Amino acid sequence: MYNTNETTLKIRALREAAMKILFTIAACVSILAVLLICVFIFANGIPAIAEIGVTKFLFGRTWKPNADIYGIFPMIIGSLYATAGAIVVGVPIGILMAIFMARFCPKSIYKIIKPFVELLAGIPSVVYGFLGIRILVPLIHSFFPEEKSGSGLLAASIMLGIMILPTIINVSESAIRAVPENYYEGSLALGATHERSVFFTVVPAARSGILASVILGVGRAIGETMAVIWVAGNAPIVPKGLMSSVRTMTSNVVLEMGYATGLHRDALIGTAVVLFVFILIINLCFSAIKRGTK
Amino acid sequence: MTISKKESINFIPLKTRVRGYIKHPLSLVLLLLVIGAAVIVVGLVAILIGHLLIKGVPHIKPELFEWKYTTTNLSMMPAIINTLIITLLSLVIAVPIGIFSAIYLVEYAKKGSKLVAIIRITTETLSGIPSIVFGLFGLIVFTTMIFKGYSIIGGALTLSIMVLPIIIRTTEEALMSVPDLFREGSFGLGAGKLRTIVRIVLPYAVPGILAGVILSIGRMVGETAALIFTAGTIAGVPTSVNRFGHTVLDVTGSGRTLALHLFELVQNPQTPTDRYFNAAYATAVVLLVLVVGINALSSFIARRLISKV
Repeated sequence: MYNTNETTLKIRALREAAMKILFTIAACVSILAVLLICVFIFANGIPAIAEIGVTKFLFGRTWKPNADIYGIFPMIIGSLYATAGAIVVGVPIGILMAIFMARFCPKSIYKIIKPFVELLAGIPSVVYGFLGIRILVPLIHSFFPEEKSGSGLLAASIMLGIMILPTIINVSESAIRAVPENYYEGSLALGATHERSVFFTVVPAARSGILASVILGVGRAIGETMAVIWVAGNAPIVPKGLMSSVRTMTSNVVLEMGYATGLHRDALIGTAVVLFVFILIINLCFSAIKRGTK
Repeated sequence: MTISKKESINFIPLKTRVRGYIKHPLSLVLLLLVIGAAVIVVGLVAILIGHLLIKGVPHIKPELFEWKYTTTNLSMMPAIINTLIITLLSLVIAVPIGIFSAIYLVEYAKKGSKLVAIIRITTETLSGIPSIVFGLFGLIVFTTMIFKGYSIIGGALTLSIMVLPIIIRTTEEALMSVPDLFREGSFGLGAGKLRTIVRIVLPYAVPGILAGVILSIGRMVGETAALIFTAGTIAGVPTSVNRFGHTVLDVTGSGRTLALHLFELVQNPQTPTDRYFNAAYATAVVLLVLVVGINALSSFIARRLISKV
């Protein structure tokens, strides 16, 4: 049935080689994409940072595009504070929830609560932002009626904390599940209670996976835009307290990019450069931990 | 209820457990903490979704689905159509590239090669980049340099880069789940590498690949930040008149997706009135149902795949 004369063989070999090259090229697209993103973001942002002055840009406390003053220190601090707040809100609940799902809840309950976590992961960030402005901000305002509004660092932290919950729950849960059963049983056999066995032998054994989940969550929180833009207040000032207005690096870009021109536009891309550097550092930490576990 | 052998060995009666908790109060505290966390998470989801449904569903009215958007009807129909177009365009670009890369990584690349290591690092980096950075990249390249303005196609190109790592990773996993026995059998019967991949490996991996593709659709439908400065925020399906005088879809025009529609309903009016908020609630419900439905479909297919294997 097969025609094995020389020309068909040659054609077949040629086709194999051509497809192999095509697959290889496709695989290189993601390398190209990352390179292009880096090149274009950096090429547009770094000259602006140089023009403004590195220290003035990174540590300047005033952001007044009208007066050509571009200091993004308040935004850097804003992003860091909001992310730290998200960790405070999201990490303890997330890890405890992961422990509950992996080690405490019976299968029947697991089947009910797993979809809840999936739902939390599935809500688009703009819907989070909308819910934040409609539920969270009025709620916080009712606790602090003397403030002008409920928006600010506290609201942004809670919002981001909720958003990173599914990341932390899912990654931590699989890390806890991956711990060999012997650890748990050994601890039980030594007389420890179920809770002690889980918390003091199983969870410590899963710590690198749990840490990875936190780092993933941090990356998600610092890069999030739409969930914070409506709840953070957005004043470009260094926040002084939980109720103080904050503007993150991401919101800075979204709020002003639509009408920015010239140096203002490039300063916004410069903001993205700083954000990008943060993300790259977080990614490096993440892959270092992942490699450490292997 | 049947108790398995292992469970029956580990089964502790309630009385013993209570006595244990009295003896070890720390254990009780830990138990309460864990249950508390679960209650918080479940309650939170219930409040968020419940609030959205209660406020949104009554405002889903026929005028929100009229073909043309006006400031009186605030229709989301054009946005739904734009979402469909952008998603389809992105899939056309991202799916072949993603599947081909995964085929290279799983079937062709030598283990431990430098190129594979670099591709792994870049796909990981790509999946960690925030969507606003993708949006800025799209703004610089597609909006400013190539298409000279906001365009559906620019948005689609941006999104296709964004979902590429999802498609690569899920396809890779699907391909790796195909037993080597299949490949060896195919080679043994004299098939070449390409034929083995196309005829034997890929058909087996289809459900896994499909789950990944659907997952990426969910991501695209919910995306906002990457689209504001690429697809733009015009509330209508972009059309132009071609040389025969027909009005046709114009992918080089600006058009907002459903997620962006929600964003604009809240962000754009100087003082958003209740009318805008009500429309926003309805839009949020539709968006949520779409995204959650798409995600559920994806995990359903993935789960069927697991049970099949």
